[in-house]
Amino acid sequence: MNAEQQDVIRSITSGKSLTIFLEGDIDHHSARRIRSRIDTKVFIQRPDELILDLSRVCFMDSSGLGLILGRYAKAVELGIAFKVANPNRDVRRILDLAGTERLIKIESAYPPGTRQEVLCRKP
Amino acid sequence: MPKAVTVNRMRCTFPSCSSNEALARSVAASFSAQMNPTCEEVSDIKCAVSEAVTNAIVHGYRDSIGEITLLLKLEDDRTFTAEVRDKGCGIADVEEAMRPLFTTDPEHERSGMGFTIIENFMDSLRVVSSPGKGTRVVMKKKLSMLPIMK
Repeated sequence: MNAEQQDVIRSITSGKSLTIFLEGDIDHHSARRIRSRIDTKVFIQRPDELILDLSRVCFMDSSGLGLILGRYAKAVELGIAFKVANPNRDVRRILDLAGTERLIKIESAYPPGTRQEVLCRKP
Repeated sequence: MPKAVTVNRMRCTFPSCSSNEALARSVAASFSAQMNPTCEEVSDIKCAVSEAVTNAIVHGYRDSIGEITLLLKLEDDRTFTAEVRDKGCGIADVEEAMRPLFTTDPEHERSGMGFTIIENFMDSLRVVSSPGKGTRVVMKKKLSMLPIMK
């Protein structure tokens, strides 16, 4: 099932922290839908912290970058702390190319080359 | 240096619907597979083709649907070439369009990084555009040599 067919967005709330799990490909086609789902969820929950977990994102291009930077800007506007977690190697390269880390904290539970990190990549 | 010989080439045409972004990058990735590229090379190609096709859809044709042509070529010196052509509105100032973070469409959260990503992931990028007539984006990447098996 790809992100487009998904009607609900997977997320976990722990205290005032909201983690949203993005899946599949994030390109210009899928970004609009993902964006409105994230924004609706954040608007309803009003967390203190928003984490976008990218561990199941197989592909991302500059549209995905726009989505992440856009969510960051919105979070700043609403006074919500913002983090990105577990990008795979390819997604990380896109984030690094744009110097995202100067603005956004990128956390990875899986250091490069570990089994989990390899599993997160698209086969 | 002997001139490189074309090993294989293909051409496909599709309407500028955003769902075809995934189609175009999958076609390019599958086509390159016959040269045994590394995972990283395939991922570079997918991303670069996705960017060029998205540009044609978002900027070339804006609110209309037009035709996009994707031309792919492999040469015996392991050069992969992808060309994305549209007959859309064209780019008035190509140099400005290629500048990192430049975008004509900030309200839709375009990052302005499309051409920068292509330049970084491919070995060469050429953009030919005439306003009102369309745009051609030609990108090349030399795939790494296979390790010699003994």
